[in-house]
Amino acid sequence: MTNYERKGNRMELTKDTLLDMYRRMVRIRIFEEGLMKFDEQGLIPGTGHVSIGEEAVAVGATTAMGNKDYLVSTHRGHGHLLARGAKMPIILAEVLGKATGCTGGKGGSMHLSDFDRYILGTNGIVGGGINIAGGIGLALQMQKTDQACLCFFGDGASNRGVFHEALNLASLWKVPTVYLCCNNQYAMTLPLCKNCANQDISARAVAYDIPGYQVDGTDVIAVYEAVAAALQRAREGKGPSLVEVISYRLRGHSMRMDRMPGGSSYRPEREIEEWEESKNPIKIFQQKLKELGYMTDESATKILSECQKEFREAVEFAQNSPEPKPESIYEWIYA
Amino acid sequence: MAERQIAFREAIAEAIKEEMTRDEKTFAMGEDMAVIGGAFGATKGLLEEFGEERVMDTPISETAIVGFALGAAIAGMRPIVEIMRCDWMTICMDEIVNQTAKMRYFTGGRPQIAVVIRTATEGGIGLGAQHSQSFEAWFTHVPGLKVVMPSTPYDAKGLLKAAIRDHNPVIFMEPQILYGASGPVPAEDYVVPLGKADVKREGKDITIVAWGGITPRVMNAAQTLADEGIDAEVIDPRTLRPLDIETIVASVKKTSKAVIAHEANKTSGFGAEVAAQIQELAFDYLDAPIQRVGAPDVLVPINRNLERIVLPGPERVIEAVKAIL
Ligand SMILES: Cc1ncc(C[n+]2csc(CCOP(=O)(O)OP(=O)(O)O)c2C)c(N)n1
Ligand SMILES: [Mg+2]
Repeated sequence: MTNYERKGNRMELTKDTLLDMYRRMVRIRIFEEGLMKFDEQGLIPGTGHVSIGEEAVAVGATTAMGNKDYLVSTHRGHGHLLARGAKMPIILAEVLGKATGCTGGKGGSMHLSDFDRYILGTNGIVGGGINIAGGIGLALQMQKTDQACLCFFGDGASNRGVFHEALNLASLWKVPTVYLCCNNQYAMTLPLCKNCANQDISARAVAYDIPGYQVDGTDVIAVYEAVAAALQRAREGKGPSLVEVISYRLRGHSMRMDRMPGGSSYRPEREIEEWEESKNPIKIFQQKLKELGYMTDESATKILSECQKEFREAVEFAQNSPEPKPESIYEWIYA
Repeated sequence: MAERQIAFREAIAEAIKEEMTRDEKTFAMGEDMAVIGGAFGATKGLLEEFGEERVMDTPISETAIVGFALGAAIAGMRPIVEIMRCDWMTICMDEIVNQTAKMRYFTGGRPQIAVVIRTATEGGIGLGAQHSQSFEAWFTHVPGLKVVMPSTPYDAKGLLKAAIRDHNPVIFMEPQILYGASGPVPAEDYVVPLGKADVKREGKDITIVAWGGITPRVMNAAQTLADEGIDAEVIDPRTLRPLDIETIVASVKKTSKAVIAHEANKTSGFGAEVAAQIQELAFDYLDAPIQRVGAPDVLVPINRNLERIVLPGPERVIEAVKAIL
């Protein structure tokens, strides 16, 4: 295991950037808490996977990205998209199956994208993006741009065979793709100890001759620094890195499972409470910003209410959006 | 001057070479396809022509080959990849079916997913049941894919060029029995459009629809039938998805009888789809039940005699024709 070592000046993050990072974390939290309310009312077709408790991973990582870097997400991707600047009303409309959504209301939570922002989207297949991200890196390498690709995946996904094929090839060809494993310690109901023979996922980097970092996923700046270093390395033509971010999801696997009787019996209540109390990344970051003198209770409340307002506006947009037209089922299948 | 004759494998290599020359965004990758020019010699000369940056040998990583191709396509490239054998397409079905075929839809119709997946298909050379299968029906079942299966060097070259220029994922299936077969191929640039069937032989008594490696055998059968006074029309759809059903139906309306022949297992083979569409569109014209010729529901054995029994030849086609004449 390589614990990611801090180097450089963490203060390259300006006050404005830090506050913007905080705002984006809150924005994700508000959005997903709102989604859960919609789900309770049966307004979300299918389901969705919220990332409450994992906001520092999405925000830290995306803050390190360049404007034209590609992002490949997972089934748990609302946060990745929002952190990267995708428009909340469009995302909400999609999750609710409305025509104004990014996939015309046909994809939902597991098929979100924002092509203009180089966000390729969430994926309903666990591990489905790992190879795709390698291929994006390959294209960027061939096109000789200085863009890179960031690929999120989970601890569960790390045990799919594609993980091996993709990381081997990405390293062999030194493509500019950064692999970020959000290890939230569960894959659906399966705890890490029943999931990974070696629970140190970052250690696998050795097998591919690439750097492997393990980072505290409750520390948004630590995530930022590790991903920034990995992206920098990718841009220098040195190939991929594996960044494992230790995190925890504070809600159930999916909104649907959260509503199922016994749907959370696979983990101790106490464990959730502990993370909720002492390892809530938003609380931790807020504390840090206060210590730096960048935030007060008032300014925190202001950010919160602004995010709530933003969500209300998104709700208004999504709810007033039309249903997709029947003939739209034929769209986008062939070019 | 006699028409230029080249082998099927050379037609494939020429098509890739011409298209890679035309379009800088194209590149080729797959297992053992660069240095030695592929397990079937169908990519010979490409490495020398374009170098390692555009012609790459990959590790034995079928999911990565297709998944990387998809990623590259999303970022604006036009990859031409090879999965050495159709049997191994099963290994990367997620990348093909869940990812590549659906990516355009899931990104709101934005990117062109210009990926060509070439693969050697069918049997006939004694390689047994994991090296002789033909899964065209697996892929025709999937919206978002196009499926092409040529039976002559001319069609192979023209269709592959069209597939490479197409903005959608194309599964390009090359019957391995045909790699060495020669036929006329013009030296000039041409494409064979996807989705257009070819009437390989005109006739008035019966329609035989056939694709892939069995097609030359069907042409032989048609000759034998002609010697007996039976005038068969042979249609090769060449592209199975989208299927040019109009050409097939027009023929059936003329002949009132149809036989469909393919090498894949008959049960749930693509022949069932063709038969269903014929009866939907031309039931009143049919004078007899549609006949299907395909492999029985067994595995392809390596023993030469057994393999010949399993994979349908001209006799089986003739039998099927005579059963309804
Ligand atoms: C290939 C595949 N297998 C199983 C599933 C069902 N499934 C959806 S999410 C999930 C758990 C994934 O765990 P992980 O990769 O750790 O991501 P997390 O949900 O923890 O964010 C499972 C099993 C799926 N969608 N795709
Ligand atoms: Mg997990």
